Amino acid sequence: MAGLLSRASTVVKAKLSKLLDRAEDPSETLDYSYEQQLRLLQDVKRGVADVTTSKKRLQMQTTQLEQSVLKLETQARDALTAGREDLARAALERKALVQQQLQSLDTQVAQLEGQQQKLVTSEKQLQAKIEAFRSQKEVIKAQYSAAEAQVRIGEAATGIGEQMADTGLAIQRARDKTEQMQARASAVEELVEAGTLEDFTAGDQTPLDRELAQIQAGSQVDQELARLKGELGAGEQPKELDQ
Amino acid sequence: MIVRLMGEGQFRVENGVVEQLNALDEDASRALEADDEEALDARLDEMWDLVRSSGEPLDASDLSPSDVLIPPSDLTLEETRKLFSEEGLIPDLPQ
Repeated sequence: MAGLLSRASTVVKAKLSKLLDRAEDPSETLDYSYEQQLRLLQDVKRGVADVTTSKKRLQMQTTQLEQSVLKLETQARDALTAGREDLARAALERKALVQQQLQSLDTQVAQLEGQQQKLVTSEKQLQAKIEAFRSQKEVIKAQYSAAEAQVRIGEAATGIGEQMADTGLAIQRARDKTEQMQARASAVEELVEAGTLEDFTAGDQTPLDRELAQIQAGSQVDQELARLKGELGAGEQPKELDQ
Repeated sequence: MIVRLMGEGQFRVENGVVEQLNALDEDASRALEADDEEALDARLDEMWDLVRSSGEPLDASDLSPSDVLIPPSDLTLEETRKLFSEEGLIPDLPQ
C-alpha cells in the first residue's frame, strides 16, 4: 500500500524507534519500554477521569438551564395574565437564548461522551497488551541470546508501541475536547453571572426582576383579597375554603 | 494483513479486502490533496465499515504490529494531514 494508510504506519514506527533508541542493551530496552507503558496507562486513567469530570459539569449546567427554561415559561405566562406583554416578551426572549445554549450543550456532551468511549476502549487494550508484553519480556530475557533477543524485542516493542501511539492519540484528542468544553462551560457560567441568563425571579438584580416581583406580590394580594371575600360570603364556595 | 482502526482495535483481513482498501485509499489520498473533507471522511467511513464487517478482530493481548493504520473520520482535515506527515498527530509518548 502506497497511499495514506502506509504513511500513517511509517510515522508511528519512526516515533517508536526514536523511543527505543535510548536504551543500549536488550533487557534494558525491554524494561525501559515497560516503564513507558505503565506511565502511559496512568496517563490514560487520568484522561478518563478528566473527561468524566468535565462531562458532569456540563450535565449539571444542562439541568440548571432546563430549570430556567421552565421558570421563564411560567414567568412569561404570569406576566401575560397580569396584562404585561412587554415583560412576557422579555421572558420569552431569554428563554430562546437559554434554549440555544441548551442545544449546543447537548451536542457537546455527546461529543465528550464519544471521546470518553474511545479512551476507555484504548485503556482496556493497552492494559491487555502491557500484560502480554510483561510476560513476553521475561521469556525473551531468559531464553534468547543478545542478537536473537534484539529481533524479538523489536517485534514486541513495535506491537505494543503501536497501541501506545493509538492510546496517546486518544488521550490527546480527549484532552483537546475537554479543554474546549471547559472553556465553553466557563463561558456559560459567565453569561449566567453577567445576568444574561439569570433566573429572573431570584434576587432583585434587574428592573425586570423587581417589576415581575411586584406583579406577583400584587397578584398575591388580589388572591388573598378574593379568599377573604370568599370567607365573608361563606357557604357559596365551600370547597375552596377547605384548602 | 493486519489493519488497525485507530481508537478501536486491530483486525486481520483477507487479500480481497486489501485490494478494496487500496482502491479506497487512493481515493482518500486524492480527497486529502483536494482539501475535500467530506469525500475523505466518506472514504474513511467506508474503509472502517469494510474492515469491521469482513475482518477478524485480533485478541487484545496480541502484540503483532499492524501493516496499516486507518484513522477515524472525525478528525479534521488538518489533523488527518498531520497524522500522515512527519510532524505526526500522534503525541510524544511519556518521557
